[in-house]
Amino acid sequence: MPKPELKTHQTLWTRVEGLPIVLAFLVVIGAFMITAPESFLGYRMYTTLGSTVVPPLILGLGLTLVIAAGEIDLSFPSVLKVSSLVFVMITKFGVFPLDEDMADKHDLLVWGAFVLALLVGGLIGFLNGLLVVRIGIPSIIATLATLFVWEGATVISSGGLSHNIRDIKEYVIFDVLTGRIGPVPVQFFWAIALAALMWFILNRHRFGEHLLFIGDNANVARVVGVRVDREKIKLFTLMGVLGALSGVMLTLENKNFFTTQGTGFLLVALAAVFIGGTSITGGKGSIVGTVFGSFIVGTVEAGVVGSGISGFWTRLVVGLVFIAAVTFHLTVEKPKGFAGVRRIAGMGGRGPEEGPERPRDTRPP
Amino acid sequence: MDKGGQDYENALRAEGIEMWFGNVGALTGVDLSVGRNEIVGLVGDNGAGKSTLIKIITGVLRPTAGSLYVRDREVDLRNYSVLRAHQHGIETVHQERSLCEKQPLWRNFFVGRQITNRLGFINVRKQKELAQEILLKSIGFRGAGITVDTIVEDLSGGERQGIAIGRAMHFNADLILLDEPTAALGVKEVSKVLEFVDDIKTSGRACLYIEHNLAHVHAVADRIVIIDRGTIVNEVQRGEMTVAELTSFLIELQTERQHAEA
Repeated sequence: MPKPELKTHQTLWTRVEGLPIVLAFLVVIGAFMITAPESFLGYRMYTTLGSTVVPPLILGLGLTLVIAAGEIDLSFPSVLKVSSLVFVMITKFGVFPLDEDMADKHDLLVWGAFVLALLVGGLIGFLNGLLVVRIGIPSIIATLATLFVWEGATVISSGGLSHNIRDIKEYVIFDVLTGRIGPVPVQFFWAIALAALMWFILNRHRFGEHLLFIGDNANVARVVGVRVDREKIKLFTLMGVLGALSGVMLTLENKNFFTTQGTGFLLVALAAVFIGGTSITGGKGSIVGTVFGSFIVGTVEAGVVGSGISGFWTRLVVGLVFIAAVTFHLTVEKPKGFAGVRRIAGMGGRGPEEGPERPRDTRPP
Repeated sequence: MDKGGQDYENALRAEGIEMWFGNVGALTGVDLSVGRNEIVGLVGDNGAGKSTLIKIITGVLRPTAGSLYVRDREVDLRNYSVLRAHQHGIETVHQERSLCEKQPLWRNFFVGRQITNRLGFINVRKQKELAQEILLKSIGFRGAGITVDTIVEDLSGGERQGIAIGRAMHFNADLILLDEPTAALGVKEVSKVLEFVDDIKTSGRACLYIEHNLAHVHAVADRIVIIDRGTIVNEVQRGEMTVAELTSFLIELQTERQHAEA
């Protein structure tokens, strides 16, 4: 029997994931090469980007899954703080040798601190999951509350002080997670590897498919056999682990912990996800989009300054790029995209049930 | 797959099923059986308990009391789930709620029982091939311009129901539950669904058919079971009542209920 041919009706735009956002990224880079050639034609700018973009990018990868599942997590900046503090406290007070000659290095203990930090992040995420699933608090409220709780806990337990861990550069973990290969920061490779893994989890793994169905319609997901509650708890736990990973990488890069670290990532990471084309209505998520969305945000922040405009303009420009990107997604990926643009202009958003562009609604009964 | 022996009398038997939500009894002792190759229609007013019963049989809800027998063997309700129901050969087509709108057909066919490797990664190619076969076999899909990559929201209501039914057929169910499959359909599409119910009969399977429209269910059911206020109140064999008699019986029930509530 001849194999049935698998036809597709997809366009180039929808078949190549994140193509619009990749182009947008190239446009942004191109624009800065013209307006700030001395920064953007040399490699140093990209070395810096390759390290600064990574912590919010890791957060964005997790958020892509969370948002695809129709949930939201706002607590990740505080998860990042708690986990960083755990890592710093253990290394600074438990591991570093008291004498200066480094005769007694405990690489294994530092790795242990790293693992423990991830576990703490996972535990906080798990608790978020319980609040959402077992108590039934909507995730936007539950995680807003835990954003406060864990930030407070960090400030209390660190006494609001920063802790430098300069000696960490003598340990293997520093080179493995945040070293340099030539001019390229190692964390850039880790971020790309992690992005690839998350792409496979979202698009090719049972867990990712369950998340997409939950985000699409949780009731359908339940009747077709998805254990919705369990998958959501796993999702929030994963987000917690990624928050911790982001935190440890940031701490290693800075060789320092301060209580306000990560606070600024809240809006940046969310913006990257939405610029990348993941929809707030759930059921869809683009890992490729998030990767390039993160780089767009990072590049704009660096490039505005490099162009000689005052740094005060960065937020404004990021916001404009944000609106342009989301509009672009609507016009390119939706069959009747301009209807979507009009709705945005008129109503500030579109509900999941009333899209006029659905062929179903335009058909005669 | 625990499909049990092939010698059985009833595809499904429910005994003394009760379902309480707090003090509200959605089901207060339901006994229901579906024979091996029998089409059983389940009718009743809104809120009579039809959906709750379906959810219990399909493993979505756990009943407060009662027992369930699949092919004459008792099912352990403590471990019962949608997945178990599938393994027992029970497939369901829910009213308009069987498919996820933004997902392609090939995902919708296999979600909840994906073909994966040991690490849980989906074998996309295999799933798409099987999905293509299901499409070709499903009612009315030859050359309709629909592929396994088609997104559900691009399909009409009838096409969606056809897909959901095709999925149920593919997994070789012994018992297919149809929960108001014609609710959102046009006249032509309804007749396709009814043809499909006939196909269930001729292929030797059993069907529990929940329907609002009495004419539809009267046309295909071997036996019609009437549920009211959480319990079975009457059973009608094929030919015992006309559609008109059935209708007036249900209206009487409704009047009685209103009296009881007043």
